[in-house]
Amino acid sequence: MDTHGIIIPTKDKLFNLEPLLSRTPGNIITWIILAVGFVITVIRFTVGIGSVTNLTEAQPWGLWIGFDLLCGVCLAAGGYFTTVACYVMGMKHFHSAVRPAVTTAFLGYAFVVVALLYDLGHPLRLPYMFFFPGTTSVLFEVGLCVATYLTVLFIEFSVAPMEWLAQKFPWLLTCRKIVIRVTILLTIFGVTLSTLHQSSLGSLYLIAPGKLHPLWYSPFMPMFFFVSSMAAGASMVIFEGLFAHKGVHQYMDATHLREADGVVLSFARAASFILFAYFMLKFIDMLVQANLPWLGTGWGAWWLVEMFGFVLLPALLYAKGARDGNVGLCRLTSVLAVAGIVLNRFNVSMIAFNWQLPSAERYFPSIWEICISIFVVTMIVTAYRFIVYNMPVLYEHPDFKGEEH
Amino acid sequence: MNRRKFLTILGSAGVVSALGSAKVAEASPASFPYYPDSWGVLHDTTRCIGCRRCEAACQKVNNLPEPKVPFTDLSVTEKKRHTTAYEWTVVNKYEVNGKPYFRKLQCFHCNDPACASACFARCFSKLPNGAVVYDGSQCVGCRYCMVACPFYVPGFQYDLAWDPLVQKCTFCEPRLKEGKLPGCVEACPVDAITFGRRSDLIKIARARMAENPGRYVDYLYGEYDAGGTAWMVLAPAAGGAPVPVDDPEGAGAEFKQLGLDTHLGSQPMGQLTYGALGAVPMIVAFWPVLFGGAWAMTKRREAMAKLEQEKIIKDAKDDLAAAVDAAVRKIGETEGEGAAERARQAMTETLKAREAQNSGDGHGEEK
Repeated sequence: MDTHGIIIPTKDKLFNLEPLLSRTPGNIITWIILAVGFVITVIRFTVGIGSVTNLTEAQPWGLWIGFDLLCGVCLAAGGYFTTVACYVMGMKHFHSAVRPAVTTAFLGYAFVVVALLYDLGHPLRLPYMFFFPGTTSVLFEVGLCVATYLTVLFIEFSVAPMEWLAQKFPWLLTCRKIVIRVTILLTIFGVTLSTLHQSSLGSLYLIAPGKLHPLWYSPFMPMFFFVSSMAAGASMVIFEGLFAHKGVHQYMDATHLREADGVVLSFARAASFILFAYFMLKFIDMLVQANLPWLGTGWGAWWLVEMFGFVLLPALLYAKGARDGNVGLCRLTSVLAVAGIVLNRFNVSMIAFNWQLPSAERYFPSIWEICISIFVVTMIVTAYRFIVYNMPVLYEHPDFKGEEH
Repeated sequence: MNRRKFLTILGSAGVVSALGSAKVAEASPASFPYYPDSWGVLHDTTRCIGCRRCEAACQKVNNLPEPKVPFTDLSVTEKKRHTTAYEWTVVNKYEVNGKPYFRKLQCFHCNDPACASACFARCFSKLPNGAVVYDGSQCVGCRYCMVACPFYVPGFQYDLAWDPLVQKCTFCEPRLKEGKLPGCVEACPVDAITFGRRSDLIKIARARMAENPGRYVDYLYGEYDAGGTAWMVLAPAAGGAPVPVDDPEGAGAEFKQLGLDTHLGSQPMGQLTYGALGAVPMIVAFWPVLFGGAWAMTKRREAMAKLEQEKIIKDAKDDLAAAVDAAVRKIGETEGEGAAERARQAMTETLKAREAQNSGDGHGEEK
């Protein structure tokens, strides 16, 4: 690990900001996106939602819900997936994958809430759901679970910043001990909450059977959303690794690097099984609901593209990659699987939603909505980079090395 | 105490009830009809002439902004307009079996409204007088009500940065309280919209069908659709050609041509979500047991594996010690005591060195 030149927090220096501030092409693009995003933010909050979006009466939820919320939450599923694999199922060789996964999950959820504030007419009233709980609403369940799970993720994640700052503020050591002692409780709490809100994102659309195309509408949407979120969680861990190994390789310690390939292959195998199960679920649901005649239409062709190109194909490629020990193939497949998850969420929330409306009334996101979504993703990446540059996420802090937790 | 009020009390008991018991109460079927004495409106599309006076009256009594196209211009009815935050009712022209008819669009004031079921801040309520009203003072602006509404009714003030709200037809609730008719009903010059008790309107509709054979489709839209609505629609008949009994696709063709969804079913839209919500307490109860059990099994398996490994190591060490002893004894017999002692020392040192090397290698795995 000495060979990697990892910046040990507080021992070497408190902040390691050069990689974020240096004039590299990546940083310059980041600054530009952040600046543009800031301008659109000002417009959004001073002129109104209508000024930057194409939302209408027929399409009240657009890209900000379809991508930032539905995909954001789903793709942050790596947190619960990894912690359950490591702590509950006892796959200790995934241990080095836990912290990056929890970090990205925490950031994902935190920025889901940030993105949500753009979409809400009254962002400051978000806590009202706790004071006036509409218990008949699926959205209430989503809100409650996401709020609670965000807290759980914050506590799980807090170990890294506490180790970062422990030398400066020794009282953090006590907090860290407490958090580590309740790790398994947090994990089980986390998977329960994840099951609930991942599935309820699908339940949100149960109330609109007339608006969503029959090939996507199903009483089992909650189950589909939950099962696909597991595949998304596994795929995102591989997908994020793909970029982490490119961008922040020098912050990984020997253990992380040694375990990385095993994590990829194991998660690829798991994702392969889950995607195949998901494929079967969807297919049988299609048959049971007598949707076979729809397959002859344009919508049916699109459904088949999703099912074969973005569910079955990644399932098979993952299986082949895991079987051959081909880490590269697994990483490539994760790109396809993640795209498939995004496509599915887009189909449910935007593409197959309002399918009966004439094309003139259909929704397509405005350029500014897309910019805000890019802005949010950039904020997540920047926050992730800051954390990785400063906190022991991809490596073990030498002061806490080898501690069982 | 009605069902929603009951739920409100349960809901205010806090998070636990929200996650748990409240859902069970919701899963019970809605009592039907909801408020037997509630008001309703019957819209007879065979009478409507598309004069847009209801639109003008609505704009006037509700102080809505002036429309882009003046109410005297009837050509806009050709366009399929939706209601918006600033136009709470619109009249559209539809071709029904080749002939033009007009239909007035506004909030249907469902018996068990999807918007109220979907609202997570309890902004909507179904009043005993039949109106579905909205109180924006606690609205978060999430617009899930608009997703939920099967009739595409609620509009949102997308143009406002401060205090944008959901807006829709209120049944002229303030006017009902004063004993006045809704603005649109009062303004209709041809009696195409009839105000009355919902239960009476159903009888009136049946009577009209009976008295005018061939004029109406024998179905009152809104009597049961989406769990029943306070505003109901009569459609013109196919003009003599009855729908074949074995043609499910042809059923409700007139209503489809009038732009009405005939696949909403007879249960309130919110009930579609109650099954999923009902599973919440089950998951809350069962998941910790399931995953806690899995964790306990993992722990136990690890402990057993550790014990077994320790035993294997101990056995191996004993074997090794016995082998060393035997070798030393053999050397002692053939080479003498001094050589045996040297051999024992060398073997012990080698073993120690190997052990140290092995434990050094395995540090990563022991976690």
